Amino acid sequence: MTLITPERNQAAGHVDPAAAYVPDQSRAERRTSFEVADFPVPHGREEEWRFTPVDRLGNVFSDTPTDDREGDPAATFDATEVEAVLAEPLGPGAAPRGTVLVPADRAAVVASANTDQALHLKLAADTVYDEPLRLRIHGNGAGRRSNAHYVLEAGPHSQGLVILEHTGSAEHTGNLEVIVGDGANLTVVTLQQWEDDAHHLGQHDALVGRDAAYRHIAVTLGGAIVRVNSNVRYAGPGGEATLLGVYFADAGQHLEHRSFVDHNAPRCTSLVTYKGALQGDTAHTVWVGDVLIRKEAEGIETYELNRNLVLTDGARADSVPNLEIETGEIAGAGHASSTGRFDDEQLFYLMARGIPEAEARKLVVRGFFADIVARIGVPEVVDTLMAAIEAELAATGS
Amino acid sequence: MATLEIRDLHVSVDTEQGPKEILKGVDLTVRSGETHAIMGPNGSGKSTLAYSIAGHPKYHVTSGTVTLDGEDVLAMEPDERARAGLFLAMQYPVEVPGVTVSNFLRTAKTAIDGEAPKLRTWVKDVKSAMENLRMDSAFAERNVNEGFSGGEKKRHEILQMELLKPKIAILDETDSGLDVDALRIVSEGVNRAKEGTDLGVLLITHYTRILRYIKPDFVHVFVDGKVAEEGGPELAERLENEGYDRFLSAAAQN
Repeated sequence: MTLITPERNQAAGHVDPAAAYVPDQSRAERRTSFEVADFPVPHGREEEWRFTPVDRLGNVFSDTPTDDREGDPAATFDATEVEAVLAEPLGPGAAPRGTVLVPADRAAVVASANTDQALHLKLAADTVYDEPLRLRIHGNGAGRRSNAHYVLEAGPHSQGLVILEHTGSAEHTGNLEVIVGDGANLTVVTLQQWEDDAHHLGQHDALVGRDAAYRHIAVTLGGAIVRVNSNVRYAGPGGEATLLGVYFADAGQHLEHRSFVDHNAPRCTSLVTYKGALQGDTAHTVWVGDVLIRKEAEGIETYELNRNLVLTDGARADSVPNLEIETGEIAGAGHASSTGRFDDEQLFYLMARGIPEAEARKLVVRGFFADIVARIGVPEVVDTLMAAIEAELAATGS
Repeated sequence: MATLEIRDLHVSVDTEQGPKEILKGVDLTVRSGETHAIMGPNGSGKSTLAYSIAGHPKYHVTSGTVTLDGEDVLAMEPDERARAGLFLAMQYPVEVPGVTVSNFLRTAKTAIDGEAPKLRTWVKDVKSAMENLRMDSAFAERNVNEGFSGGEKKRHEILQMELLKPKIAILDETDSGLDVDALRIVSEGVNRAKEGTDLGVLLITHYTRILRYIKPDFVHVFVDGKVAEEGGPELAERLENEGYDRFLSAAAQN
């Protein structure tokens, strides 16, 4: 399906929740700034915050430093598995910091303003990193404010896999700024396995170089409120961006993923695929996928897809794809979104073959995620993910 | 030797106008090695009988009994019924995205047998069963029923029946939508299972053509939720010539 939305309010009688407010004329007009004052604390009626329980996020929105105490940091950053690529940290304004990521919302701007020294990872040009480069971020206590900003540079024709692993609990805001050099092949995995009381808001921006391939994979399983925004634009033609996401929300969890692919260069591709399951009262997931195809982005191809599987009553999945097209000279553009409840006919079919209900449910849910799991293709991430999904299903005894 | 006994079975479904009785007192006994054909016009309750025996939650048994070798089938969950030895080849099997045929078959076999099948013999069994049904080996790696043609779905149902080796199999309009070649291939599968495992078969069909390939021992004519007439294979021939009209007009008069 292709949706062309030069003006979103044009179709009379079309019931589109996005039509209830006066939007920017283009996604490109959304404000970005390094000034905290440019982003007032959200009240929840803004377009980019309308699904988020902002009333519970006051601590993350406040312009305050990280709650480090003597010998007891708010969050521990274990960089032992990224030592090979660790470079000098970057202060505010020290390039390349700030060249790709300009904060686009309140959480990102306070993270930026309150991070003096950004962790800097640099993959050397023409180098293949066989081992995953893993940064472990562990929150040391619920309610403790933690700010972070990371700069990740993949040199031209380098190849590597970087994993950000989030555990523990904190009030965490984390920015990730990614520069994918020409011809580089970089995969970034952000794994959210927070405790039940953690809050985590993040903005991940990437600039994809000429003929480079960038993959961003968000796996969100834990946390009370998690919101990860994954954004991409291109530094030249021929870039490929693949944004994948998998999430599983239980009762009381709000898991939100947003992406914005800014097709600002010709002959690039983007593929956005997010899949999630929900179970339990008040489990809430949000996916908002924006794609902008600018006039100069001739010959590009883009597709975005979101699927949600609702396993129990009382859960809610919001899914909003937005596609904005300024040139018709493209190879293809489309999007798809669907949210469905667990199919009892599938359950009956499997049970009629002798498979007990719990195992049948597991088969169906595993099957639902099978294609995206295959696409993720990173064995250790897949194993973690499948184990977590099985645990989620076992926990409810369903 | 297994016996499926259905006694005075009454079944309703929920409709917008309240519960509606579909089966109105069905009596039927199927033993190992026997083939029973249930024939009848559309809407007579044939499929309801099939799904009620398999335990589909949509159908509510209001009275009567179903037993397999004396065990109360109606007290069992659908998976327990399958493990007890019942099998339903469905008319409209559903798609299960992301679950491959090979994974599905192995999981079902493990559940039925209570232990995982020995890998080497299992792979061989699946392969030869698929060859017998003229199924391409690539089929095993496709997702269950996803994008299957009508004929492929029916072959896949019979494949499961051959591999899971039930005691009693109910075939719900397995012949519908099949061309002559596919009908023959599917029928051969049923006959193999009858010979190999002394399978008892309850063959539900609207048409008589499948009975040229699968010879019934008994024919039951189903009209308005119960058995209207019973007989041997000759009854099927009579239906072939006369159709269901005389039963329908009789039912209308009642």
